[in-house]
Amino acid sequence: MTLFYIFREVFRRPLGIFSACVLGLLYMTAIFAGLLAPYQTNEQDLNRTYHPPTKVFWKDGGLHVEAYKLVDPSEARYELVEELSYPIDVFARGYEYRLFGLIPLERHLFQVKDDIGPIYLLGSDSTGRDVFSRLIYGSQVSLFIGLIGIIITASLGFLVGGLSGYFGGRTDFLAMRLVEFMMAMPGLYLLLALRGALAPHFPSDQMFFVIVVILALIGWAGTARILRGMTLALRQNQYVIAAESMGQPPIAILLKHILPNLVSYLLVAATLSIPGYVLGEAALSFLGLGIQEPAASWGLMLSQAQDVKVFYLNFWWLLIPGFAIFITVIAYNILGDVLRDIVDPKMQTS
Amino acid sequence: MIFFILRRLMTLIPLLLGITMLAFILMSLAPGDFLTPVKAQRDVSVELIQAIESEFGLDQPWYLQYYKWLGNVLQGNLGHSWAYKLPVSELIGQRIWATFLLSFSSLIFSWMVAIPLGVLAAIYKDSIFDRMSAGLAYTALSIPEFFLALILVFFAAQTGLFPLGGATSIDYEYMSFGGKLLDRAHHLILPTLALGIGSIASIMRIMRANFIDTIRGGFVITARSKGVREYVVMFKHVLRNAINPLISAFGFALSGLLSGALMVEIVLQYPGLGQLMYQSILREDQFVVLASVMLGCSMLVFGNLLADILLAWSDPRIRLERKN
Repeated sequence: MTLFYIFREVFRRPLGIFSACVLGLLYMTAIFAGLLAPYQTNEQDLNRTYHPPTKVFWKDGGLHVEAYKLVDPSEARYELVEELSYPIDVFARGYEYRLFGLIPLERHLFQVKDDIGPIYLLGSDSTGRDVFSRLIYGSQVSLFIGLIGIIITASLGFLVGGLSGYFGGRTDFLAMRLVEFMMAMPGLYLLLALRGALAPHFPSDQMFFVIVVILALIGWAGTARILRGMTLALRQNQYVIAAESMGQPPIAILLKHILPNLVSYLLVAATLSIPGYVLGEAALSFLGLGIQEPAASWGLMLSQAQDVKVFYLNFWWLLIPGFAIFITVIAYNILGDVLRDIVDPKMQTS
Repeated sequence: MIFFILRRLMTLIPLLLGITMLAFILMSLAPGDFLTPVKAQRDVSVELIQAIESEFGLDQPWYLQYYKWLGNVLQGNLGHSWAYKLPVSELIGQRIWATFLLSFSSLIFSWMVAIPLGVLAAIYKDSIFDRMSAGLAYTALSIPEFFLALILVFFAAQTGLFPLGGATSIDYEYMSFGGKLLDRAHHLILPTLALGIGSIASIMRIMRANFIDTIRGGFVITARSKGVREYVVMFKHVLRNAINPLISAFGFALSGLLSGALMVEIVLQYPGLGQLMYQSILREDQFVVLASVMLGCSMLVFGNLLADILLAWSDPRIRLERKN
């Protein structure tokens, strides 16, 4: 079962196409964040806190955005100004950013002409920052943490699981006790404890890295255990014995003969466990223990929605990052189920 | 059977030793300790701080602290919470019931809803009801628990139907016994929903899959051909067989009883064990952290053990002890 075959099969199924498209769209947004976001993540405007979402409409041969006036600052109540609207510039110059972290650019897809008024497609938060821009920049953290984390987990899991399954004996015994130990700990407790121990040793702009490492450290045990079982079974195959008798070193056997047999399982397991990373990061940042302000991540943005003010004055747009998390997780879950159906048709899920 | 249980309980000892040691190392890696904020205050004398440091062994390396702590625990003394100024055992005793109540009510709620739904979805396979419930289950499984809790708080604030958080009202102390019960129940509804909805979805999916597998069995054809009524076939023959794997799932659900509610407790400000754990990690209140980690782990082990025992009890084909 080649990767190409799996890839082709995904695009033969409606659910597969759907989830792949949603994920593709999300990752494109994250990659082109600078181009799409009209503001930077730390651009505050304390005169426009909790600004409601502004609609965009067509007028006089160009796009315009609604204008609002602050009526009551204590309740953050805004009123629509009917006669006023701000024209929108497409692909105009704005703040500088680096596309893909390399190419310096200053063009943006859209922004208000000459910056005479705000454009808040999804409203603004408690310090007047644009929720839409932060949502887009936040997607970089929330989406890539899963990918990087799963690469670390899968390699660590393969290393431990493969070696202990291949060598057996004492290595196996020790490794499996370690795995059981890891799995016997309540995940969130371990997450909090690890975070408390590791985080103070790193500057706050490296939190992304710390979180990935913590999540990967927690996640590898389950993968290792299953890969060990599979390696144990594969090891009996004639081609492994042949490779051994020809004097190939164990690492080469593991990589050349055993790993290719595990790839399809790893693919399914990875897809299904990425949501765990997305949720883990969101939970940590939500508790204020993950990504730190002024950087943005979906969980961090949601933590602002815990304010009583938000509930009573109905600032519903602050809940949007939660929906973004939800969409990402459900897309990965669907894709994972589709992949499982392809790789293992006996395990039909629906 | 007894040997099996004893053997499993024996594995708890190295596990707890390892986990508490890990917790000690992790907490000694974190800079500062629970005295750091106290040291910043000018009115606390240096002698007092030194006295406390030597009492808790804070001036010693972590392995000596660990040794000291272990000795105390073996004598039944879990230590003292610095932040709450209470013995840890008392503090946890206060919180454990709140968490237990919450987890248990969400467990009951999710099982009561999920099993009938799963059975119906299996009986009316591929109907609109089945498809809709599958879609809803997907949705429920993908919503982060804390986000669901946030939405529920939002709903409560907008409608005013439910309290925004906590376990009791302010005037709880002045209520009659019935009023107290009602007040507790009222405060439990939202956290129960937030915690239960995710597990409804997963249990429902397992139940449906099991039921469909069991319907294909030969004994169903036999029962039908000898003229047993359809609902008797479904509920007496199929259901009893299909529920087996769920019995062990129940044990696993028990294992998360004390540590699974952390996020929901924090969002809904429910004064339970998870919230306590979170706050004591932030404050480096290390004896509370250690005790709650130990509780969480023991609960996991007990839950898994119970799952195995329940499975052996419900299905006589399963033997727990290997015959050598």
